[in-house]
Amino acid sequence: MRKLLDAYSPHFADRLALFALLVLVVAALAAPLISPQNPYDLAQLNIADGRLPPGTHAGSDTATGPQHYWLGSDDQGRDMFSAILYGLRISLTVGLSSTLLALAFGLSLGLLAGYFGGWIDTAVMRIADIQLSFPAILIALVLLAVLGQGVGKIITALFAVQWAYYARTARSAALVERNKDYIAAARLLGLSTWRILFRHLLPNCLPPLIVVSALQVASAISLEATLSFLGIGLPITEPSLGLLISTGFQYLMVGDYWISFFPGIALVLLIVSINLVADRLRDVLNPRLQKQ
Amino acid sequence: MTEPLPVLDVSHLSTHFATAKGVVRAVDDVSLRVQSGQILGLVGESGSGKSMTGFSILGLVDPPGKVVAGNVLFKGQNLLTMDPERLRQLRGDRIAMIFQDPMMTLNPVLRIETQMVETLQAHQSISRSLARTRAIEALADVGIPSPAERLSAYPHQFSGGMRQRVAIAIALLNRPDLVIADEPTTALDVTIQGQILALVQRLCRERQTSLIWITHDLSVIAGLADQVAVMYAGRIVESGPVQSVLAAPLHPYTEGLLGAIPALHERGEPLRAIPGATPSLASLPTGCAFADRCPRAFAQCSVPLGETEIAGDAGPRRTRCWLHSPVPAPMPTIQR
Amino acid sequence: MTDSPASASRSSPLVELRHISKLFVRSPDLAARVAQKLGAAVSTETVHAVDDVSLTIARGEIVGLVGESGCGKSTLGRLAVGLYAPTSGQRFWYGEETGGAPGKQTERLAIDELPASERQAIQIRMQMVFQDASASLNPRMRVGAAISEAPLAHGLIKRQDREDWLAQLMRRVGLDPSLAERYPHQFSGGQRARLGIARALAVQPEFIVCDEAVAALDVSIQAQIINLFMQLRADLGLTYLFISHDLGVVRHISDRVVVMYLGRIVEVASAADIFERRHHPYTRALIAELPSLSQRHRVYQPVQGEPPSPIHPPKGCHFHPRCPFARAECITERPALREIAPGHWSACVLEP
Repeated sequence: MRKLLDAYSPHFADRLALFALLVLVVAALAAPLISPQNPYDLAQLNIADGRLPPGTHAGSDTATGPQHYWLGSDDQGRDMFSAILYGLRISLTVGLSSTLLALAFGLSLGLLAGYFGGWIDTAVMRIADIQLSFPAILIALVLLAVLGQGVGKIITALFAVQWAYYARTARSAALVERNKDYIAAARLLGLSTWRILFRHLLPNCLPPLIVVSALQVASAISLEATLSFLGIGLPITEPSLGLLISTGFQYLMVGDYWISFFPGIALVLLIVSINLVADRLRDVLNPRLQKQ
Repeated sequence: MTEPLPVLDVSHLSTHFATAKGVVRAVDDVSLRVQSGQILGLVGESGSGKSMTGFSILGLVDPPGKVVAGNVLFKGQNLLTMDPERLRQLRGDRIAMIFQDPMMTLNPVLRIETQMVETLQAHQSISRSLARTRAIEALADVGIPSPAERLSAYPHQFSGGMRQRVAIAIALLNRPDLVIADEPTTALDVTIQGQILALVQRLCRERQTSLIWITHDLSVIAGLADQVAVMYAGRIVESGPVQSVLAAPLHPYTEGLLGAIPALHERGEPLRAIPGATPSLASLPTGCAFADRCPRAFAQCSVPLGETEIAGDAGPRRTRCWLHSPVPAPMPTIQR
Repeated sequence: MTDSPASASRSSPLVELRHISKLFVRSPDLAARVAQKLGAAVSTETVHAVDDVSLTIARGEIVGLVGESGCGKSTLGRLAVGLYAPTSGQRFWYGEETGGAPGKQTERLAIDELPASERQAIQIRMQMVFQDASASLNPRMRVGAAISEAPLAHGLIKRQDREDWLAQLMRRVGLDPSLAERYPHQFSGGQRARLGIARALAVQPEFIVCDEAVAALDVSIQAQIINLFMQLRADLGLTYLFISHDLGVVRHISDRVVVMYLGRIVEVASAADIFERRHHPYTRALIAELPSLSQRHRVYQPVQGEPPSPIHPPKGCHFHPRCPFARAECITERPALREIAPGHWSACVLEP
């Protein structure tokens, strides 16, 4: 464990980021166990407990009985602490699953394009070029406008805006690797194309993509937050971090800062820690730096 | 000693690298001497420390490497204790270096002319037009066709062999007293290598320039050098006049190197290869580093030893081997 | 096969390359094509990497292929094993001697015209050992898995026999079988060369192209690997095309030597003849430049000039601009490869 941590990074800031990320992930996973209320269960909310400042003890007539609103409550009487934990769940689910889907799809297409070249390459890369020439947020907006709201829909939209990025990265890695002699040797040994692609080419193209996808998780999360903030990501009954920030936005001017502020802190913490960890991952996975 | 003052006199030079895996002794107790106009061949395999010896002499060792011991006397002045600014002035003027990759010397975005004129003007106060004339002469000397026109070309417009010629021309511009050449022909084809060897040989003879030619190829040294020093695992294991070393090597490693060369065998017969691989410089044994590959190793070989001087027909020879040690040290008590 | 200069003198042929050529065309990119349409003189760059080469290699023979960088020797090696498709020309494989007929009939197969399954069966009998052993090994695969992958995939060995088989093969190339679970970067240069050889041997090849297989190694290690190549040939009856820029190594290991210059074969002779009765001026220059241990303070008298660009090779004999004996006809006519003595071919008009 100690060794693993040393291999990861000797710097305090990097270790702090890893620790913060772990805490956030565990908190999100354990949200139903540790949160005082289920913020998505309307029966547990009391509109009379709306916009309570942090630390208030109230809520005698809700299903869960009286409780401390340590981080305050939103305008629906939702406990902010619970809402943030559940919001983290959504953010991480959306970020991870859209990234994994996009990685799997983009990587496969990129490998095929890079290895075979020719018309496959041209076709895949032109589509990716067109895709990448539009701002991601624009494509996501259009898709969500067509598809409607929901976790599944937003994952689809985020998948659609991300895959081209992986396809392009995978292709350039495959172009470099396929000209190396171990691929020539594998061809001479009469190995099947599938085996060459997945046993030889893929493992050697993966490291740069792992780093890219770790960074992409962060950007997918912030994209989801942006879309929710704009009110087209998730339904109002299941607020994600972005939607919570958006809800609180209208009360900022009257001094009820906590509705926007605490979800905002959680979001920043999540994105910064993912970015820092991903950055370390880049160095750890680079075999050239590893040897030194 | 009535010997004239040598151009370069290196004694007990050691360069170490502090790494996570321990101290790497890249250069360990190296002593060399080069007389005026002499060509010294410094031979070794990869990782033997031959290039690092060259860098250490010139004060070009980058951290984590550090010269930890020894003296480098260039015409009597110690380069290791010299003011860095003076050393920098000396390099490129009195001492020059030629690298395996000529692009180490050449700046890819500058015309050859700019680089040559700057090199001249940095060390001599001469006019631009005179510097230009000298540059043209220098290019002609190294066999560049139509040198006046080529002067305005960029390095990438030359072929590999021509680029190395330009690098040599720049190295020799200020007529240095000593040139250190680090495998300058290794990347070149045989016919081009022959041209470069001929060129360097002629220029050094004409100008009485001393030369240290660093290479892995003993057969290049055979035709070119006067003296040879063989390095293994950071140390010089044998040195002396080329003819005596090649004809009758003292150290078993030199013998092994010669034995591994195909030309000295009947066609098709098994080569006398040295078994094993070169040791890691981070974990060298206390005694002779070659002992575990040596066919003639004996108990004594685990005891550290210095160099022994032996008289030879063509001049003194030195080796670092217990087989030739005049005073047999007491047998080590075997512990553990 | 009588028209091929390399007609095997002693025994039956194994591989034949007939009038094989390889052109590399750098097709203009979009910008260049636009410029072309607008009337700019953008030409497609064609490199004649291998120019009408015929070569037959006999069963059990070691053919050394020498030449300087850019002469096409590596390309020829890759053409021979089928890593490159030739622009023109054919590859033939001579099958096992069939039946007990006294005529020792061998079957000549045009490899690239066979149906896929038959082609595959021949293809794995031809393997290659690469110059850069570390680039030729998959860095993310344990070496034992890398060596046994192909024979398992082709059913040459059974999974339960793998361990024994692998240990035997690793010992054969001089590696400790206990290292099978390591990754390539944990090995030294010499050991990696052995790994590359083991992987090639794993599919029981008959013909191995060694492309500068010892060039990157230190002299002492190089000798070990050369010995291994010779030992394997003696034990397994292998046939090699041994590509190297180092005439000294080639002289030592080869039965026959082929000299290439700018994509063409300029001389073919037995290893002894190429040194003692060298004919082509280029071969003479190559041998003259060979550094020698026996010469002290030699005066180098190198051949002048540099190899011309393969994009615009000189007309006639490619060597004529550097040749001290060039005549008028050398500038205009491509000299044919002709037999100047039994088994000794040269593409030069000079009298032997």
